[in-house]
Amino acid sequence: MKTFWQRFLLNPRVIVGLVWLASVVLVAVLADVLTPRDPFAIVGAPFARPGGALWLGTDSLGRDVLAGLVHGARTTLLIAVLSTLAAVAFGTLVGAVAGYYGGVVDDILMRTTEFFQTIPSFLFAIVLIAILSPSAMNLVIAISVVSWPPITRVVRAEVLSVKSREFVQAAVVAGQRDHAILVTQVLPNTLSPLIVTGSLLVATAILIESALSFLGLGAPNQMSWGFMIGAGRSFLRDAWWLVTIPGVAILLTVLSINLIGEGLNDALNPRLADL
Amino acid sequence: MSDPVLTIDGLTVSLPPWSDRKHAVSNLSLAIGKQEIVCVVGESGSGKSIMGKAILGLLPKPHVRATGGRIMLEGRDLLQLPDEDMRRLRGGRIAMIFQEPMTALNPLMKVGRQVEEVLEFHTDLKPSARRARVLQLMADVHLPDAERMVNSYPHQLSGGQRQRIVIAMALALEPALIIADEPTTALDVTTQAQILHLIRELQRAHGTSVLFITHDFGVVAEIADRVAVMRHGEVVEAGTADAVLRSPQADYTKALIAAVPGLRPRVKDAGTQMPLLVVRDLEKTYVSSGSFGRASRSVKAVDKVSLQLGRQASLALVGESGSGKSTLARCIIGLETPNAGEVLLDGERITGLSREQLRPHRRQMQMVFQDPFASLNPRHRVRDIVALPLRAQGRLDRAEMAKRVAEMLERVGLSAEQGGRLPSELSGGQRQRVAIARALVLRPRIVVCDEPTSALDVSVQAQILNLLAELRRELQLTYLFISHNLAVVEHVATEVAVMYLGRIVEQARTAELFRAPRHPYTKALLASVLTPEPGLGVPDVGLGDAMPDPANVPPGCRFHPRCPVAVAQCGSAAPAPSPRPSGTVECHLAA
Repeated sequence: MKTFWQRFLLNPRVIVGLVWLASVVLVAVLADVLTPRDPFAIVGAPFARPGGALWLGTDSLGRDVLAGLVHGARTTLLIAVLSTLAAVAFGTLVGAVAGYYGGVVDDILMRTTEFFQTIPSFLFAIVLIAILSPSAMNLVIAISVVSWPPITRVVRAEVLSVKSREFVQAAVVAGQRDHAILVTQVLPNTLSPLIVTGSLLVATAILIESALSFLGLGAPNQMSWGFMIGAGRSFLRDAWWLVTIPGVAILLTVLSINLIGEGLNDALNPRLADL
Repeated sequence: MSDPVLTIDGLTVSLPPWSDRKHAVSNLSLAIGKQEIVCVVGESGSGKSIMGKAILGLLPKPHVRATGGRIMLEGRDLLQLPDEDMRRLRGGRIAMIFQEPMTALNPLMKVGRQVEEVLEFHTDLKPSARRARVLQLMADVHLPDAERMVNSYPHQLSGGQRQRIVIAMALALEPALIIADEPTTALDVTTQAQILHLIRELQRAHGTSVLFITHDFGVVAEIADRVAVMRHGEVVEAGTADAVLRSPQADYTKALIAAVPGLRPRVKDAGTQMPLLVVRDLEKTYVSSGSFGRASRSVKAVDKVSLQLGRQASLALVGESGSGKSTLARCIIGLETPNAGEVLLDGERITGLSREQLRPHRRQMQMVFQDPFASLNPRHRVRDIVALPLRAQGRLDRAEMAKRVAEMLERVGLSAEQGGRLPSELSGGQRQRVAIARALVLRPRIVVCDEPTSALDVSVQAQILNLLAELRRELQLTYLFISHNLAVVEHVATEVAVMYLGRIVEQARTAELFRAPRHPYTKALLASVLTPEPGLGVPDVGLGDAMPDPANVPPGCRFHPRCPVAVAQCGSAAPAPSPRPSGTVECHLAA
C-alpha cells in the first residue's frame, strides 16, 4: 500500500498545482527583494506595453504592473490564508461542540449557522466591509465571517459519525472526561475532510478578496490583484494587459489550490480515488 | 467423479503491485462434480472469495486479474470468454448467493419483481408463465404466503427470508453451478441452520452443483461432500468431507477444526455466591418519535430483567440479534440509561449517577467491545490506547503508568515493539488483545465482554477465548459475557442466561443448561449449534423463521408464535419464572 505522501506527491495534477502555488508563495515572500519599489510609485509613462523596459508594462498612471503583481500576491495570499485559518478555527469549534453535545446545544448552534448560510455570502461581505470600513484586518474578518458555516457543517457531520464509533464508547467506559474525549478521540479523526474543505476555502477566500478589492472595498494602500483589475477595467480595449495579467494570476492560483485540494482528497480517501 | 461441471486448473490471480503479496490465488486447481457440494474453507485473506469472483468474471479489474490457468465450465474457458457471453452465463449457468442478502437485493423493488427480472432477462417466457414460475420458486424455498411475499420490499422481510429470496433468484434458471459465498455468516444461528437445510434440500432436488465458500468447519460438516482448505491463496488440503474432518492431514486444517467450539462444557469452577453485581427489574425502552403521520414506535429492548453475578462467576447472556442482550449490558456498564430498575455494584447503586459520579466506579467495571476494528482509535498508538484508562483515572505518575502498560501488554501476549504500532498495523486477533489489555489495565473486578470474538477469524477466536479464560482465573475476574453462539459460551461461562425479546427466559449453570435445557427456545438454540462431526446432517431446529417485531411483542408467552410445542394457554397468559435446580425458566410447559 502506498503511503499518504506517495499518493499525494505522485499525482501529476498535484505536482502542477504545487509548482504554481509554491512559486506564488515564493514571490509573495520575496516581494521586497524582487521589486523593492513601492508598487504605487509612478515609474514611467502610462500604458507602456509589456515586453519593454518594464516586463509587464505600466498602468494608466504609469505604475509598474510587475511590482503590482508581486506585491499583490503577498496581500491576496496573506488575507486569504488568515481568513481561512480564522474560519476553520471558529467553524471547527462550533461544529465539534454542536455534533458532540447534540440536543439543544446542537439546535441553537446549527440554526445560527444556517442563519449565516442563508445570507448571500458576497453581499454579506460587502455589508460587513461597509460597516467596518475597509482595512486588511476587516477584510480578514469579513471573509471569515462569511466562510465558516461550511466548515461547521463538515465538522459536525464527521463528529456525529465518529462519536458513535466504539472507540469513543471505550473512552467513556475508561472514564475519560467529555472535553478530553472530544479533543483526543473525536477531533483527530475528523481531520481528513477538514483539511480538504479548508484547502478549498483558501481558493474561495482569494476570489472574495479579489472581488471586494475590485469594487474598491479592499485594503487601502495595499496593492492586490482584485484592485489591479478594478483599476484597469475601464481601459480594457486599449490596455488589455492591465486586466488580463492579474486576472490570469487569480485564475491560475485558484486552479492550483483546487488541484491540490482534490489531490489531498484523493490521497486521504484512497478508496474513492480508485472509482 | 467422472464428469466435473467446473474444473479450475492452475488458476493464478495477481494483486496490484502495491499490495502486501503478489497473488491472491496461486496455481489453484479444483474440480466440482455433478450434484456435488464442494466447500472451500479458509480464513479471511485466504483468497477463497477472490476465487469465487474469478469464476464469475467479477474480479475488480484492472488491478486484480487472473494471470494464469483455466476455469472450464461445460467445455468453455471462462477466463477467455467475451464479456457478453460471460454476462449470459452469469445467472444462467452459474448463479451466486451472496453473504449479505440485504445488499444483494434492490431495496426499492418488490422482491417478486426482482426474481421475475432474472427470468425476463434470460428466458422468453410469457409474463403469465413468468409469474407462475416465481410463485413456484417461492414455494421451493419454503416462503410462506407466496402471494403476499412477492409484493414485499426487502426491508419488510427478515434476514432469513431475504436469503431465501436470493436463493430463489439463484435457482430461477436451473443453473449448473451455484456459488454461495458465506451465505449464512450474516444470519442468526437458528436461521443459519434452516438456510443450510434449504440449500442441501434444493441441491438434491434440482441436481445442481454447489461451490460453498465458508470460514466455518461447523458449516462444512453439515453440508459438504468434498472440502478444499485454502490458505494464502493455495489449497493446503482437499478430500471428501468425511476424510478431512475425521483425519485432517495438514496442521492448518487440524488447527481450524480444533478451533470450532464443540458442545463439551469446560469451565467448571463456579463462583462463590456473594453477588458482586445485582440487576433488579431493569427496563429500557427506546421510543422513536412519529413523524409524517406515522405513529411513534416504542421498543422494549429490556423488559424487567433481574440477575445476579457472583464474585468470580462468569455469566453468559445468550440470544439472537434483537433479544436485548447488548442493551442490557450497555445499561449495566452505564453507556445507556435504563428507564426503570437498578444496578448495584458491590452493594452500591450505580444507576442514576451522572457520568462524572460514575467515573470512580469505572475502575471496578470495564468492557471489551465486539469489533476490535472499531473499538481502537485508529490514530493512537497501542501503548497510548492501553494507557488511556489509567490516564483518565489519573492516579499514577508517568513512569508507573508506562510500567503497568508494559506489563499488561506482555500479559495479553503482545511485544513491547507492538506497543509502538498503530492499530491498522495489527491483525484482528492482536487488536482484540489490545482491547483486552485496555479493559484490564485498571485491574477491574468485572469485565463485560460484548461478543468479543464474533468479528474474528475462527482460529483466532479460540486463542482469544483461551486468553480470556486464563485471565479470569489469574486475575480473579468476574465476566458478563455476551454472545449469540452457545458453543462459544460454554468455553467461558459458569452460568448461562438465555434472552428472548428482552426477557431472560431460562437461566442455569452451564453444564446443567447444556445437559437438560427446559425452555423450547434454549433447545432450539442448542440444536442450531454446528459441530465439526461429519454425518450428523443439518439440524432441524423447528422454529418459525423470524423473531417477531420487538415493538409488537406477542401476548401471553412471547415465544409462543415460534414455539414448536405451544399450547392454547401460551397465547393468553405470560408464564412466571419457575425454579429449576440452579436457576429459573419461564415456560408453562417446563414448570
